[in-house]
Amino acid sequence: MLDQLAELGRIVLRAVAGLGRAHLLMLGLLRGLRDLFPRPLLLVHQLYSVGVLSILIITVSGLFVGMVLGLQGHYVLSKFGATQTLGVMVAASLVRELGPVVTALLFAGRAGSALTAEIGLMKATEQLSGLEMMAVDPVKRVLTPRFLAGFIAMPLLASMFSAIGVVGGYFVGVGLLGVDSGAYWSQMQANIDLHEDVYNGVIKSLVFGFVCTWIALFQGYDCMPTSEGVSRATTRTVVHSALAVLGLDFILTALMFGK
Amino acid sequence: MSTEEPLVKIRGLRFSRSDRVIFDGVDIDIPRGKVTAIMGPSGTGKTTLLKLIGGQLVPDAGTIEVDGRNVHRLGNRDLYALRKRMGMLFQSGALLTDLSVFDNVAYPLREHTNLPKSMIRKLVLIKLESVGLRGAAGLMPSELSGGMARRVALARAIALDPMMIMYDEPFTGQDPISMGVLVKLIRELNDSSRLTSLLVSHDVHETASICDLIYVISEGRVVESGSPEEITGSKTAWVQQFMGGRPDGPVPFHYPGAELADELMGGHPC
Amino acid sequence: MFRMKTIEIMVGAFMAMGILALFFLALQVSNLSTTSNGEGYVISARFDNIGSLKVKAAVSMSGVRIGRVSEISFDDGSYEAVVRMTIDKKFSKIPDDTFAKIYTAGLLGEQYIGLEAGGSDTYMADGGAIGMTQSALVLEEIIGQVLFSKASEGAKNAEGAK
Repeated sequence: MLDQLAELGRIVLRAVAGLGRAHLLMLGLLRGLRDLFPRPLLLVHQLYSVGVLSILIITVSGLFVGMVLGLQGHYVLSKFGATQTLGVMVAASLVRELGPVVTALLFAGRAGSALTAEIGLMKATEQLSGLEMMAVDPVKRVLTPRFLAGFIAMPLLASMFSAIGVVGGYFVGVGLLGVDSGAYWSQMQANIDLHEDVYNGVIKSLVFGFVCTWIALFQGYDCMPTSEGVSRATTRTVVHSALAVLGLDFILTALMFGK
Repeated sequence: MSTEEPLVKIRGLRFSRSDRVIFDGVDIDIPRGKVTAIMGPSGTGKTTLLKLIGGQLVPDAGTIEVDGRNVHRLGNRDLYALRKRMGMLFQSGALLTDLSVFDNVAYPLREHTNLPKSMIRKLVLIKLESVGLRGAAGLMPSELSGGMARRVALARAIALDPMMIMYDEPFTGQDPISMGVLVKLIRELNDSSRLTSLLVSHDVHETASICDLIYVISEGRVVESGSPEEITGSKTAWVQQFMGGRPDGPVPFHYPGAELADELMGGHPC
Repeated sequence: MFRMKTIEIMVGAFMAMGILALFFLALQVSNLSTTSNGEGYVISARFDNIGSLKVKAAVSMSGVRIGRVSEISFDDGSYEAVVRMTIDKKFSKIPDDTFAKIYTAGLLGEQYIGLEAGGSDTYMADGGAIGMTQSALVLEEIIGQVLFSKASEGAKNAEGAK
């Protein structure tokens, strides 16, 4: 009984210590931003690996999600004879929810895991130690550019996802199922609000970008410097990011739309 | 030169990792301009010692002074300034894998100086020349053999012309030729650029052939210290076993455990 | 160096694509293009019942949207709903005897205000009020009326049969 209690205590203590280290890292990352401005090339490189390399998976997924929304939405709406509001349904679900959330989940799988593995391997091969001994702060030089890149790339990727999804819904709804093209766009424009829907979606993806990149970098930076440690950290990145994104999405949605 | 204050002065160093005591009261002096070797079996925390000197780890007790300054009392800025004057060669080389050989060597110069491009180019080529790898400047680290990677890392470590350089197991896993090259390089660099070299190793013969001073550590303590001749001629049974590389002696061949006969006959369920 | 150049180009393209997508969402998907740029004048109207009319609902004339409902309040003196609407500046010639009515777009659609121009030569100014209004059709009332008339018809028929 006491042993179990001690075990519980140990788990809690370890979790709290981990959280503390994660927040210290975040402080370091934020402090490192200042030193990044004179070195924009570092950021460009990371935007390439975090953003450009994620375009394919994001756009293809966005297209298919939009097309599925078109099909399913049409099926449900046709029961009420309201198929001309298909555009609203597709755009609202994409811009408000699916765009930011699915993009963040894909980002965690595609870019987050890569970030963790990269940082973890750099740690395992003593590259981070080596930088420190060269009097170069690895948090500033290695982690911060990746952090900012993730933060910038996420809303852009989410916007692409939503935009392509809306077009995908148009293909299926208008092209395949015969919804009126004018109704698709005009109903959408009449009912999707720039502030309420589009801005809030962007804010969501900014938050997700911050959290996903932070988790990925922390897991890589904090992992055990062995191959097993790196593989575990990579798994943790995906799991923690997914949970954080879904949990935060609920909170953000409640704050933004739940009046 | 030997009358000078030692470059690195370690006093009463204690360090433990979770429950395991790694250093238990270690005193070491590393004189300027010499090659000093720290030897000991695997797992005695030799790499840990280098990290303690570099300020990457903090000891539980005791002091480490480098060039008269207590490493662990320095603020971040001073520590980084001190590190610029220390080079360290990691076991794996620790080259940045996404940069070419040239860029790796240029990295500390670009980070810490405002030298013009042409100047950096010349300096990098000179450093690469001194380790004999000027021709490999365009290669990526993944295209190098282990020995070459270590030499590139060495060129990078001396790029800022440090006052001391620390080698972490420089000979491990090298073929005889690259081992010979490294042995020669370490000695030559030390003498030509008035460096202080600190070498951590368990390769007895190579180390003994180039160093001026040897410290042997075991189980968290300095067991013996002196010139290579003194150490090789040591009367201590433990040092004899280590230097001679004999399989049995004070360090037993068998990991401590129950008697074999007991374990075979006793029928323990495991 | 060549590799660096391609990376820079790709990152530039990525940023451009992302921003383009954002613009697409703002202009094509949302109502940015249909919202007026805030310039216009305010007129008000009083209704007995506005049904489920909401702020931002359209104000249209002959089916063309000319403004939006900007505020809905309740006058507890006369027990009427006061609806303020912002009319785009370019539609400045609304006669002051215009008639306002609350319509429903489709059977289940949103409610909006339709204005029917009168014949006056003087036009509405900022802060002007519409005198003649007709309330929203509330579904329950319509159903109630239909049931009532059916019931009375049935009663008549029953009398006639006697």
